[in-house]
Amino acid sequence: MREGLVKIGRAVVFLGQLFSRVRATPLQARETLRQIYYAGARSLVIIVTCGFFVGLVLTLQTYDTLTRFGAADAASTVLALSLFRELGPVLTAILFAGRAGTSITAEIGLMRATEQLDAMDLMAIDPMERIVQPRFLASLIAVPALTVIFNLMALLGGIFFAVFVMGNDVISFWGNMQASVELGRDFLHGMGKAVGFGFLAAWLAVYFGWSARATSEGVALATTQTVIATAIAVLILDFVLSAFML
Amino acid sequence: MTSDRHDTGHFIEFDKVHLSLGGRTILDELNLSIPHGQVTAIMGPSGAGKTTLLRLITGQLKPDSGRVVVNGEVVSDMSTKALNQYRKNVGVLLQNGALFTDLTCFDNIALPLREHTKLPERLIRKIVLMKLHTVGLRGAAQMYPRELSGGMNRRIAMARAMAMDPRLMLYDEPFAGLDPISMGISLRLIRQVNEALNMTSLVVTHDINEVVKLAHLACIIAHGNVIAAASPDELFQSQEPLVAQFMQGLPDGPVAFHYPAPDLANDLLSGPSRHA
Amino acid sequence: MKSTNQIELTAGVFLALAIAALIFLALQATDRGVVSGGSYEITATFTNVGGLKPKAEVSLGGVTIGLVERIELDPVTFDARVHMQISEQYNDLPEDTSAAILTAGILGDQYVGLEPGGSPVALEDGDELMITNSAMVLEQLITKYLLNGDDAQQ
Repeated sequence: MREGLVKIGRAVVFLGQLFSRVRATPLQARETLRQIYYAGARSLVIIVTCGFFVGLVLTLQTYDTLTRFGAADAASTVLALSLFRELGPVLTAILFAGRAGTSITAEIGLMRATEQLDAMDLMAIDPMERIVQPRFLASLIAVPALTVIFNLMALLGGIFFAVFVMGNDVISFWGNMQASVELGRDFLHGMGKAVGFGFLAAWLAVYFGWSARATSEGVALATTQTVIATAIAVLILDFVLSAFML
Repeated sequence: MTSDRHDTGHFIEFDKVHLSLGGRTILDELNLSIPHGQVTAIMGPSGAGKTTLLRLITGQLKPDSGRVVVNGEVVSDMSTKALNQYRKNVGVLLQNGALFTDLTCFDNIALPLREHTKLPERLIRKIVLMKLHTVGLRGAAQMYPRELSGGMNRRIAMARAMAMDPRLMLYDEPFAGLDPISMGISLRLIRQVNEALNMTSLVVTHDINEVVKLAHLACIIAHGNVIAAASPDELFQSQEPLVAQFMQGLPDGPVAFHYPAPDLANDLLSGPSRHA
Repeated sequence: MKSTNQIELTAGVFLALAIAALIFLALQATDRGVVSGGSYEITATFTNVGGLKPKAEVSLGGVTIGLVERIELDPVTFDARVHMQISEQYNDLPEDTSAAILTAGILGDQYVGLEPGGSPVALEDGDELMITNSAMVLEQLITKYLLNGDDAQQ
């Protein structure tokens, strides 16, 4: 318990250092853009595939359940609400931690293990500024961006099932959903969550890399911790945010 | 900074430096002077605090008490800003080179120049190629570190350390794990670069045979203090038991072969419960 | 290894894609806040609102024209005061419109049903509806029915 609190405290101190050394230069912006490619664009395959299949299976299940109550029309609404409010942000953040968070942790951890971070320090180049900040910022941007794409793909998956399997038409599917999904309460609140989760995923990925012990076991442990800690933190924050928003 | 100058005639001066890490005393009231313009070797058994000494010079560590003075400036008192300014004049070659694996050799060397100078790219290219030429790897400019051997990696890292034309070069175990040819190349380079650029060089190593060919002055560190500082030849003649043990590579002597342990006979005869 | 320019371009395309998806979903997949565009507020006081909740629909002749914004208790009269947002396009409801709390089906959600009066004067922002009909509460109805039945027998 006490050890856990110490760890959280260290992570908070690390975050403070990260913010205290923010510098906005064209070089930083370019590096951030490069990292958006590695963290965001390279995660598209997993996000698009998972999004589509989540939409597919969710629609399948809701059709099956709702038909028993004679409310099959509500399937698209159930799909959109559960996606926008919960599944989209939560699943994207956890998938991101597995795909991009781990690689950020491993990269920074290996730079620590191979003394690259020390070498930068010795060249009077701040690794916190040059290595950590762009990756943090890129992840913070990539998670909400991927969440939107995940949601869109899941809706496409839902439409695919409704149209090609259930024989519904797109217009009624989309129209039913549109009528009961609110912009602020459902969609934008969900996007707010995505930003919060992006913050967590970004923070934990760079923190575990930075604080990894400089051995191969240390780096391996750090990547595992990134996934576990992000998943747990995201689910806790999800509950807190949901409780406040409803 | 002029008011802070402490001229001592030496380039680096350790003044009663005390340092303990994690409750263990690493350096105990250590005094050491390193002359200007020469190659000085720091030797000593593993774990004696050689690398710690380098980290004090670069300002990565601060002593618990005492002062580290480099070129008249007290490193241990520097602010982060002053330290960054100071580090631009210090080239460090870390044990495994620590090249940035996602940059080409050219970009590795160009990085400090691009970061700290406003030189046009055309000029940076010339400087980088000259540094690469010095270490004999101009042909590998566009290759990535992983495509080169360990010895070549270390030479690239050396070129990077020299990129800003530092006044002081620090080498941490530059010969560890090198084949005899690479070792010969590194040896000659360190000497050449030191003379050509009028630098002061500090080499941490335990390759005694190399030290003889390389260093003007050799210091042996053990038990947190300097036990000998003289020319390599003089050290070979020394009758001091610890120095003799180290210089001749004897397995047992003042530096014990055995890690402290209970008496062997007792340990073997007693049951396993003692270690449980 | 891709060239630096390609990487930056791909990152830019990725971001543009995400922003396009965001705008598309925000505009096309939601109702943009039920009462899109402007709206005006009217209030009505009921002795009992039953199970009416904020966000419930306000309808007239079966068409949803607004929603319940909030419900509060009048500290003096202990009546429930319901604030409703009505879409701007229905800005000519007669002043003597009446409101009732109704239930969609037997077990459905409760909503506010409006019944237009005959006054030529239109309702304005902040007006209060004077004629209201409280929610039917099942338990009260049953009790009433049973008591009336007893009376009839005597």
